[in-house]
Amino acid sequence: MTPEIDDRPVKLSCRNLWKIFGPDPRGILTAMNGAAGDRMVLKQRLHQSGHLAATIDVNFDIRLGEIFVIMGLSGSGKSTLVRCLSRLIEPTMGEILLGGEDLLTVSKARLIELRRRAMGMVFQNFGLLPHLTVCDNVAFPLRIQGMSETERLSRAKDMIDLVGLNGKEAAFPHQLSGGQQQRVGIARSLAVGPELWFLDEPFSALDPLIRRQMQDEFLRLQRMLQKTIIFITHDIAEAFRLADRIAIMRDGEVIQLGRPADIALKPANDYVADFTEEISLTRVISVADVMTPAGNDVAGLSVKPVSARLMLEELVPQLAAGVSAFPVVDENDRLLGQVAAADIVDILERDRRRRHRA
Amino acid sequence: MIASDLTLSPTASRPWKSGLWVSLLALALVAACLMLRSRLPWLSLYPPAWVVPIAAWVNHVSDWVSALLQPICRSFAWMLGGPMAWLRGFLVWLPWPAVALAATLIAYKAQGWRLAAFAVAVVAYLLLTGYWPATMNTMALVILAVPISVIAGFGLGVLAFALPRARAVIEAALDLMQTVPAFAYLIPLLILFGFGPVVGLIASIVFAVPPMVRNTLLGLSQVPPVIKEAGLMSGCTVWQGFWHAEVPTAKPQLLMGVNQTTMAAFSMVIIASLAGGSADIGWEVLSAVRQADFGRSLLSGLVIALVAVLIDRITLGFAKSGEAPASQDSRLSGRRLLAILAAIMLGGLLLRLMAGNADWLAGSVQIINMKALDDAILGLVRDHASLIDSIRNGIISFLMLPVRIGLEKAVTPFTWGLTLTPAGIAFYVLLVAGIALFAAWKWNRQAGLTAIWLGIFLYFGLTTFPWPALMLAAGLLVWRIADARMALAALAALAFALLSGLWLQTMMSIYLCALAVLLCLLFGGAIGLWAAHSDRVSALVRPFNDALQTMPQFVFLIPALMFFKVGELTALIAVMLYAIVPPIRYVEHGLRHVPPHVVEAAVQSGCTPSQLLWLVKLPLALPTIMLGVNQTIMAALSMLAISALVGTRDLGQQVYIALGKADAGLGLTAGLMIALIAMVSDRAIRIWCLKRQAPALRAG
Ligand SMILES: Nc1ncnc2c1ncn2[C@@H]1O[C@H](COP(=O)(O)OP(=O)(O)OP(=O)(O)O)[C@@H](O)[C@H]1O
Ligand SMILES: [Mg+2]
Repeated sequence: MTPEIDDRPVKLSCRNLWKIFGPDPRGILTAMNGAAGDRMVLKQRLHQSGHLAATIDVNFDIRLGEIFVIMGLSGSGKSTLVRCLSRLIEPTMGEILLGGEDLLTVSKARLIELRRRAMGMVFQNFGLLPHLTVCDNVAFPLRIQGMSETERLSRAKDMIDLVGLNGKEAAFPHQLSGGQQQRVGIARSLAVGPELWFLDEPFSALDPLIRRQMQDEFLRLQRMLQKTIIFITHDIAEAFRLADRIAIMRDGEVIQLGRPADIALKPANDYVADFTEEISLTRVISVADVMTPAGNDVAGLSVKPVSARLMLEELVPQLAAGVSAFPVVDENDRLLGQVAAADIVDILERDRRRRHRA
Repeated sequence: MIASDLTLSPTASRPWKSGLWVSLLALALVAACLMLRSRLPWLSLYPPAWVVPIAAWVNHVSDWVSALLQPICRSFAWMLGGPMAWLRGFLVWLPWPAVALAATLIAYKAQGWRLAAFAVAVVAYLLLTGYWPATMNTMALVILAVPISVIAGFGLGVLAFALPRARAVIEAALDLMQTVPAFAYLIPLLILFGFGPVVGLIASIVFAVPPMVRNTLLGLSQVPPVIKEAGLMSGCTVWQGFWHAEVPTAKPQLLMGVNQTTMAAFSMVIIASLAGGSADIGWEVLSAVRQADFGRSLLSGLVIALVAVLIDRITLGFAKSGEAPASQDSRLSGRRLLAILAAIMLGGLLLRLMAGNADWLAGSVQIINMKALDDAILGLVRDHASLIDSIRNGIISFLMLPVRIGLEKAVTPFTWGLTLTPAGIAFYVLLVAGIALFAAWKWNRQAGLTAIWLGIFLYFGLTTFPWPALMLAAGLLVWRIADARMALAALAALAFALLSGLWLQTMMSIYLCALAVLLCLLFGGAIGLWAAHSDRVSALVRPFNDALQTMPQFVFLIPALMFFKVGELTALIAVMLYAIVPPIRYVEHGLRHVPPHVVEAAVQSGCTPSQLLWLVKLPLALPTIMLGVNQTIMAALSMLAISALVGTRDLGQQVYIALGKADAGLGLTAGLMIALIAMVSDRAIRIWCLKRQAPALRAG
């Protein structure tokens, strides 16, 4: 969304990451000579030898403070990928750099240290400890670190307030609704104040209304906390709603990676195009995406300037009033450029055509 | 469900086609064996010269091992001896009101008022029958055995969970420990640990460890992976993750393990007293049994049953409260309960110290006794001696003898009042052939062949059957029920019986067991059928079943003994009294839980009640019923060792003899043989159930 994301420092990067399940993953990978060559042939050979490639040669850089969404259908390898990133399972090959440190070569003790300070994770089916109260669940990571009781309880209380569960501190997980349980999971993962936040389909187990509410809550939290986030989902609408950038996975491969608007406007192939069909373009394309940079004529526009972050959708009512172009400004009211009404109408027209096909 | 049954029949008939020739071939071979047996005597009697001295070898090894381990074991026993003697003394010395109050409070904490009331009733019973001191002695054993078993079982369970290689070994050992009769491993324990109450304690510990291991393993492997991952992502070390995330999550299952371990330890008290207990409740039952005192054995057996139920409910209550921690009585928190218990104990101590040796505090007055019952039964037996005798002789000569030694030898003027003439034999052959033909016409060829096999066995007798023919038939049977691998296992087990020289005893065991199981299935199945269709019968039968299952097995010997004296029939009846519960329960449960929509569909298509039963309900309930059959066999086998006390000639008797002579080799081989029978029949029936269920599952 924000154009300046590419300028931020890289927080987590992943290079040529492979995860193969089966009797001898490493052996088969070296036998195939680092897996160069045709992917189809490769999958065939893996399959014949009783292996399954769940993550195939994945590369990306996640930047500080970004919401990076990994999207794909069930079984496409999202959970496997995120578990590799947090090293809950050992990748077969590749590099994972967290602030320049290769996670795959760090010692056990260092890994525990990193998990205690730098990472938090939310699980699809919550993973709450059934024998602990809400408060003790949230305080669990702190207790593991040996924090004193009063200190950790007060910190847990803050987290519980943050996710809006005050009053439920003494309840046990089985006494809570799904949405409430996931709030506990979120509070727990935030308790240690991690820089890196993994969420593996956190809202998939919730019904649509609650899911929507939790998404808003999540965006609110992120505006406050500015974490670096890896968010897994199989719900395309959720992905486009939350993401700064999206990686679309299919059968273990990342088939497209980009900002929501890029993916919606230029799908890499039919598979992605099918996926994004039901996404309304005016909702994912921002003013910044279709803006032309500032020229001399912009100053002459008499219309009230609009923010570069605004989605095109919001401009539609004003189009009806016969505006021909909008000046565009950034947060500090600096003039950036202009956006022509014809361009917006163009995108509206594309949306209409897509809807007709569907 | 019905559709799946239709798809099942073609697959079910296919193995039969290839099996027909095998069956006929086997019949021919068996016939050859039977013809040749007078010419080749080794066919009917396995020559003693061919016996391999397995028992002697075992003794050799055990001598060597025990020389090595004895010092360690003896010092371990000595270490346990002190606390045990002290605890026994202390519990008996404590005034009963204090102990009773404490027990009631614990019961209240576990399950509320009703259990507390039950605890009061149990205490009253113990006091009135005068078994209070004996019960306290037993409690000392249980209180010591349970924590040791729980810790050892937990450790082994964790080991099995963490190391897959250890797991296979530990699971095999568990199977063996639970099928070898406790009698049998009492012998090596006696050798290693010496004689005395401590050996009873150790036997209880050994017997009580397996359930804890199993539940630990189960609980830990059922912890959802996400819990482990959540622990790891919270920064747990392996150790922290185990103790703070996995173990607490597995806690309900672990508590179930504690419950079962406690019950197992308690169920061993009688056998423990065989190893030199004294003045405890197991010893009371045992001495009552030895004196054939029905009244006393009933009274003391009831003590065991009542206390077992109480302990069961208390530990279950605590196990359940672990699942939903918020639903306890908030007025009685764990800490407060402990404080109150401490206060009660202190009060009891003071009372005892001040009151000196007041007799009423020891609670050993016997107010209820059952002399009248004994006299009544003995009177009954005396008055109707001839009737009872004729019943006894009738059953023995018309049922037990033919099965054991065959009509060929059982039909004598002395037993049947007639001799077996060639005409009689011809009549028998015709009868069997007729039945076989009828069965083949009415059902299928398999039924016909089964009738022929039964006819042959009934004529020649199970224990006098030529051993190669019997092995062939047994292998074929197991192959039919299960698969080729199990058939090989059965053959191996029988070969072990031959080689160890226990063939005759093994056949006696199988004969007694098979007869008991068949009769149990017949009577128990009928009762279960009735109970499934009548709520009143069901409600009537249930308390009897509960009582039969919680009563110590020894108690069943006595009524049978009083009526029918020492002998096989008494053993048979005792085994049946214990083994009749599973068929009743499983038949009723299986029939009652046929899916209602299937029943509705059948009624809708015009089934008569009997068609409904035979064509719909029984086939659908069959897997459950077969589990019941399995349980019946296990119950009968476990009772076999105990029925040796009333004079049988089977493997149980061998174990019992070995116990008397401290002959570890004989005891272990005979015990192992019982375990082998149990394991083969258990696995075979399980495989059968799986085969039977698999197509239904696939279709559903
Ligand atoms: N431990 C394992 N052993 C073998 N195969 C596995 C293992 N874990 C996952 N897989 C396989 O890897 C593939 C990717 O699984 P993964 O759980 O990563 O999918 P996912 O995208 O998270 O799906 P979902 O949306 O259902 O959670 C699947 O085909 C799965 O069967
Ligand atoms: Mg997943």
